[in-house]
Amino acid sequence: MEMFSESLLNKKNKRIQSLYRSLFMMMTLLLILPVLVILSTLIYKGGSIISVDFLLTDPINGMTAGGIFPALFGTVWIVTVALIASVPLGVAAAIYLSEYAGDNWFTRAINLAIINLAGVPSIVHALFGVGAFVIFFGFGTSILSASLTLAIMTLPVVIVATKESLEAVPIAFREACWNMGATRWQTIRRVVLPNAVSGILTGVILEVSRTTGETAPIMFTGAAFFLPFLPQSVFDQTMAMSLHLFVVSTQVPNVPDALPYGVALVLIAMVLIMNSISIAFRMHLRGKKKW
Amino acid sequence: MNQDNPTMPDKAAAFDQRDRDWYIDKAVQAIVFLGGISAILFIIGIFVFITKEGLGFLLRDFSFSEFFLSPWWEPTDEDEPTYGILALVAGTASVTGLAMLVAIPFSLGAAIYVGEFATGKKREYLKVLVELLAAIPSVVWGFIGLSIMNPLIIELFDVPVGLNVLNAGVILGLMAAPIMTSIAEDALKAVPDRYREAAEALGATRWQVIFKTVVPAAKNGLLGAVLLGVGRGFGETMAVLMATGHAINLPGSVFDSVRALTATIAAELGETAVGSPHYEALFTIGIFLFVVTFIINLSADLIVRGVRNQ
Repeated sequence: MEMFSESLLNKKNKRIQSLYRSLFMMMTLLLILPVLVILSTLIYKGGSIISVDFLLTDPINGMTAGGIFPALFGTVWIVTVALIASVPLGVAAAIYLSEYAGDNWFTRAINLAIINLAGVPSIVHALFGVGAFVIFFGFGTSILSASLTLAIMTLPVVIVATKESLEAVPIAFREACWNMGATRWQTIRRVVLPNAVSGILTGVILEVSRTTGETAPIMFTGAAFFLPFLPQSVFDQTMAMSLHLFVVSTQVPNVPDALPYGVALVLIAMVLIMNSISIAFRMHLRGKKKW
Repeated sequence: MNQDNPTMPDKAAAFDQRDRDWYIDKAVQAIVFLGGISAILFIIGIFVFITKEGLGFLLRDFSFSEFFLSPWWEPTDEDEPTYGILALVAGTASVTGLAMLVAIPFSLGAAIYVGEFATGKKREYLKVLVELLAAIPSVVWGFIGLSIMNPLIIELFDVPVGLNVLNAGVILGLMAAPIMTSIAEDALKAVPDRYREAAEALGATRWQVIFKTVVPAAKNGLLGAVLLGVGRGFGETMAVLMATGHAINLPGSVFDSVRALTATIAAELGETAVGSPHYEALFTIGIFLFVVTFIINLSADLIVRGVRNQ
């Protein structure tokens, strides 16, 4: 009798558990499926317009036809300059936090500032870019202003990724090096950084992806709706992919349906490909790790 | 070392290790310290520069009751411009509120599934997928609201305009959910395995372990995830600019078009003259956004830190 009732209880528990399991699986799927449907719609509606010509020619007829080359070109400019500014600074900050900083209020303040840099709305970063770089430093609306604004906004991405990969290097590696009489910097340069460099790289790729997709911070600092020429230096304005999508989908009348879908598809492909590379790279590293 | 000490000059020199490497070491330490402190300087810089641009409005035209309590945002009115952000706050709040209604149950549910039920390869794939969803740029989400959600809402609910609270709320919910899922899953993972083992040893089933042990233990981290989602929704710009309909409105239903604080800045800053009251008023909205997100992020950080100190 006792055996019987116990197995009944077990059955009930099993039923409840599988109920919960399916419930949560459904919630996960409901989170992911709509996005997959949306992505397929983008591919379905925009795929037909994508061609080498589309990527390599200028927009014509008031941006209602032609390609997206100036926007692609401008995005490469903006992202490159932003990386040049933020990667050295972010890596330095991460080295400080991982190798030098103690567990005190100052370190907490830095960490809080990093969290806030990532959490401040992108349009507030845009206002800062206008006030600081465009007006105060006199860079005007230019690639330089846009890139510096984005560099500060995406700094937390580099710092967090770098800090994680530096902290993943075992403390014993450092101790062995110090015992040989090496200075802190010699240890960092010869032992810690070489072991962390691939992790830093995954962070940089992630930052490229973030910088590519951001729109609000560059709207008033350096990206233009339409320009008949390509930028010649960092002091010129430029078109950009993200802003171009906003412009062709909201600001230009009589755009054929496929065009904004095509722009969205190219933009999302750039971002997702870079993220996938970063993720694949990270998994490869995790598999290779010997400690 | 005292260089004047005549008894042991050689020894002093031998122990003084200030060679080239020592100076390089100190120089690098100074440089990385500057890198570390730069984050603090940037946050202060953001506050200083947006305040500097908005100060004229704050000192001259700002009226607390008008700014926060008037629903009339008419900065371009020639006779009597008014600067009330109540309707804009209502727009932001309604969209963020609906987004959280969508995102909280699904992201916490997904976090529990990925963190506690899924195993092995399936778990890895789901985590990667969630991470990729979080990477979709906000301007693409705005475009989706505009071109896919808009006709869908018009058709499903038989309303004249599909750019409204519902559209932007769902878009924002889908946007915020992956990030909230990741953070919530981290919070569940941070619960020590011995809690689960202890509960199992007492005869608890899997779901009892999850609901009576893991979720209560992780509740601060989960709350932090929700707060960060709220902050994300509050500060989102491009998606709400494109999907809300951008009409100044105190919303009465989810089918009303609204306008958000962030979107107002994005739409109007380009049309204002530097230094004009309208321009400065937009920067004042920026100060408000900065302060509110700062408070949200600070609370999220304190709550999550509270967990670690337990």
